[in-house]
Amino acid sequence: MTRAAAVDTAALTGLPVSDYREICRRLGRDPNPVEARMYGVMWSEHCGYKHSRATLRRLPTSSPRVLTGPGENAGVVSIGRGWALAFKMESHNHPSAVDPYNGAATGVGGIIRDILAMGARPVALLNSLRFGPLDDPRARRLCSGVVAGIAGYGNAVGVPTVGGELLTAACYRDNPLVNVACLGLVRVDRVARSAAEGSGSAVLYAGARTGRDGIGGAAFASTELDEGRAQADRASVQMGDPFTGKLLIEATLEALATGAVTAIQDMGAAGLTCALSEMAARGRVGMAIDLDRVPLREAGMRPEEILLSESQERMLLVVRAEEVERAAAAYRRWGLAAEVIGQVTADPRLRVTAGGRTIVDLPPETLADAPIYDPPSAVPAGLEARWRLDPAAVPAPDPLEALLLLLRHPDVASKRGIYEQYDHMVGVRTVTPPGADAAVLRLITAPPLGLALTSDGNGRWCASDPRRGSALSVIEAAANLACAGAEPLAVTDCLNFGSPERPEVFWTFRETIEGIAEACEALGVPVIGGNVSFYNEAEGGEGHGRAVFPTPVVAMVGLLDDVTRAGRMGFAREGDPIVLLGAPGGTLGASLYQHAFQDEVRGRPSDPELELSARAIACVREAVRSGLVSSVHDASDGGIAVALAESCVAGGMGASVTLPDGPVAEVWFGEGPARFVASLPPERLDALSELACRNGVPVHVLGHAGGPALHLAQAGSAGAADPIELPLAQLTEAWEGLEV
Amino acid sequence: MIWGVVFFPGSNCDRDCVHALRSVVGHTVVEVWHEDQSLDGIDALVLPGGFSYGDYLRSGAIAATAPVMRAVRELAARGAPVLGICNGFQILTEAGLLPGTLLHNASLRFRCHPAWVRVESDRTPFTAGLRPGTVLRMPVAHGEGAYFAPPAEVAALEDAGRVVFRYCDPHGRVTPAANPNGSVAGIAGVSSDSGNVVGLMPHPERASEALLGSIDGRRLFESVIGALVGAG
Repeated sequence: MTRAAAVDTAALTGLPVSDYREICRRLGRDPNPVEARMYGVMWSEHCGYKHSRATLRRLPTSSPRVLTGPGENAGVVSIGRGWALAFKMESHNHPSAVDPYNGAATGVGGIIRDILAMGARPVALLNSLRFGPLDDPRARRLCSGVVAGIAGYGNAVGVPTVGGELLTAACYRDNPLVNVACLGLVRVDRVARSAAEGSGSAVLYAGARTGRDGIGGAAFASTELDEGRAQADRASVQMGDPFTGKLLIEATLEALATGAVTAIQDMGAAGLTCALSEMAARGRVGMAIDLDRVPLREAGMRPEEILLSESQERMLLVVRAEEVERAAAAYRRWGLAAEVIGQVTADPRLRVTAGGRTIVDLPPETLADAPIYDPPSAVPAGLEARWRLDPAAVPAPDPLEALLLLLRHPDVASKRGIYEQYDHMVGVRTVTPPGADAAVLRLITAPPLGLALTSDGNGRWCASDPRRGSALSVIEAAANLACAGAEPLAVTDCLNFGSPERPEVFWTFRETIEGIAEACEALGVPVIGGNVSFYNEAEGGEGHGRAVFPTPVVAMVGLLDDVTRAGRMGFAREGDPIVLLGAPGGTLGASLYQHAFQDEVRGRPSDPELELSARAIACVREAVRSGLVSSVHDASDGGIAVALAESCVAGGMGASVTLPDGPVAEVWFGEGPARFVASLPPERLDALSELACRNGVPVHVLGHAGGPALHLAQAGSAGAADPIELPLAQLTEAWEGLEV
Repeated sequence: MIWGVVFFPGSNCDRDCVHALRSVVGHTVVEVWHEDQSLDGIDALVLPGGFSYGDYLRSGAIAATAPVMRAVRELAARGAPVLGICNGFQILTEAGLLPGTLLHNASLRFRCHPAWVRVESDRTPFTAGLRPGTVLRMPVAHGEGAYFAPPAEVAALEDAGRVVFRYCDPHGRVTPAANPNGSVAGIAGVSSDSGNVVGLMPHPERASEALLGSIDGRRLFESVIGALVGAG
């Protein structure tokens, strides 16, 4: 190849020159233009995890229940009774910023296929969303489009959206975060794999036909957003078809049930290129593929377009040659395409032909294993200065007004206007619908077992102290599960950051991983998979230049041994004593209260106190499982005062409460790890105190449930706030007031 | 008795209906494929909710022309109980087996939440065991559930006792606030002239177990046994 041609080929990859040299070194030659574009997407940050892979090794990934850890399409964990769950979360931030409806819809479709690729029937979705303040027109537009896209795809595909979260901050205005998790169920002996095997086995393409949509989407997701390019980028956003997605679920489960399929993977980011190279590389085999056999939607597609298309609703299967018709018949029965496009070869090379000509010939692992970087990291300037916070300097109104404002805040307010747009009941598994601490599903095939699901992430905390913030997010997720009575089984996470090429962003990323790892180790919960989304930067950022808050989102699934005893967050009986489980003190550093009344995040979130938090979580779980408590709710955003108000609204009754002595704002609205507001019949108070004492968890009796209003007073001395009284109707009006 | 549940491509409450009828109510259920030509041996039929054929063109429009629909018409003509739930209701109106149509919700949004309906007529096999005025709690989950028919036709339906369910509050009061989608006269379900074909938007299969919040929906399915025995 001439020098000028080599330079052009390097440009085709869109990769740094150092990456291009590495490609040439691995191949022993320059790649041809088609191969160059394949390396370009496979070595993009989105597919290649170049900046993150080394750091991610820090996460704990094993437990006796883990059947499949990170590295497969989704993690798989044994539930018991012969069943396992598959669980995975992914981001679709950049596509959603450009085309909120289709970006979010295809995010849902993509995560469903990851679960399907494990042989599991998808049974639940969660979504974790971040937008700018909802009074901003652009944020509002993105929010309504994203919610409509999740609803449009999820409702039609027949997988219930059972939970999620929505938080707002100015830094997400132009770069929203759209993270979607899916849970699936599979029999332990039916878990599918993606490693191709068996020389001579058929490579079966199944599902929708291939079109020109989404070409280069993975590469698009690996750069910062540029408003001027929004029109051009639209071609990088895929279009989803939930009807075909639904057919793909049923047909794939039928095809897998034939027993003829030995490996399967979905075609998502980087399309056919990714599926071919990853399946071959994982199986240490080769593949001989004829592009002329790929079912196409339109004539005249060039080979590289076929290889890179991110058309949705497609799967790639390896099937024993003599049984391929049985697998293909399942797809055809559901009206989907199913074509053998090649064979597995013992020679570990990926060879692709088009029009009888070989256009790609390379070792698949050179595509699948992108280089691992060791980026520089640096503590952000002024970090410790931002940890200083004078609570008195927070310009907040009096406690009554502050409580109402926090209840109206989008981060706290009921998301009813959103989750009622989602079918959260289809599948007849939903025992606790959205709106509680955690969603609860029953296992129809293994009663009375149940699963609880939650997703939690707090960019404010992480912007201040990523290590503490991410650990606190893990603790909060486990606390939410404890409120349902569930024991954590597994975590999948979505790590949303700015450009890893900036040392202070990369430092934040490393600290975040450390925090997640420490908290997961303290709780004994493995991280079984997830996704990293870098380059979440656009105009409008705050705190870290143009980047979004460092936002790790933790989705956690837990097991209930008896779903009929799932915990409830609303006060249940008039006169029930109300207790606080956990340390009474909170901190205002990087709290919702602080950020709601000051423009920038200041102060430092509290120490996660992992050992105490783990004990408090175990204590609450035991209290729910043994039926000691009538209600329990974790105090998170907005602190104990907000948690009390929420339990009032959810239970449809007031409460009379006296908060402990101490600085007003800290005691009422401060945030801290693993603190719970519970109510219970008076005769069980001793048993609960004994349980808490055994676990070394502080207990304070705060008052009792009942009456038409929430009465809040504070014990003690100087500086205590005047008592307030808020009628239930006023609390409800504030909390239910969010319009989206 | 033997129930059939029709599986159209894109149906997504098909398996839920099978579960409710087979595992909760304890009846025999045959899964009917949308291309099946015969419904021989089936005593009662459910057209389930979902998005049949993607709800392309209009909701239920393509399903109304599916191969199985000829047998569905014959079954209905023989007087067998036929229940269309949500998308199944839309299919029955598109097929002309039930009057009226289902428009986009007044909110123009898909809405999923608990709802209450009042039984208005016991002259269908699905309500034969229920006293008129009985309040049932069953969730709704639809984007196009606003029942519409011209005023004269609505009046005729009312006169003939063919309005089977009406949205109400938990106490049975029919109020604008209890109407989740803008249905004319709060109509949640109607029947054919002969009463054996019924369509409704709420989901009885999602309200058949206490664990899911209500067992009221089960009463529709259980009612059919009594009706068939009585007719037999």
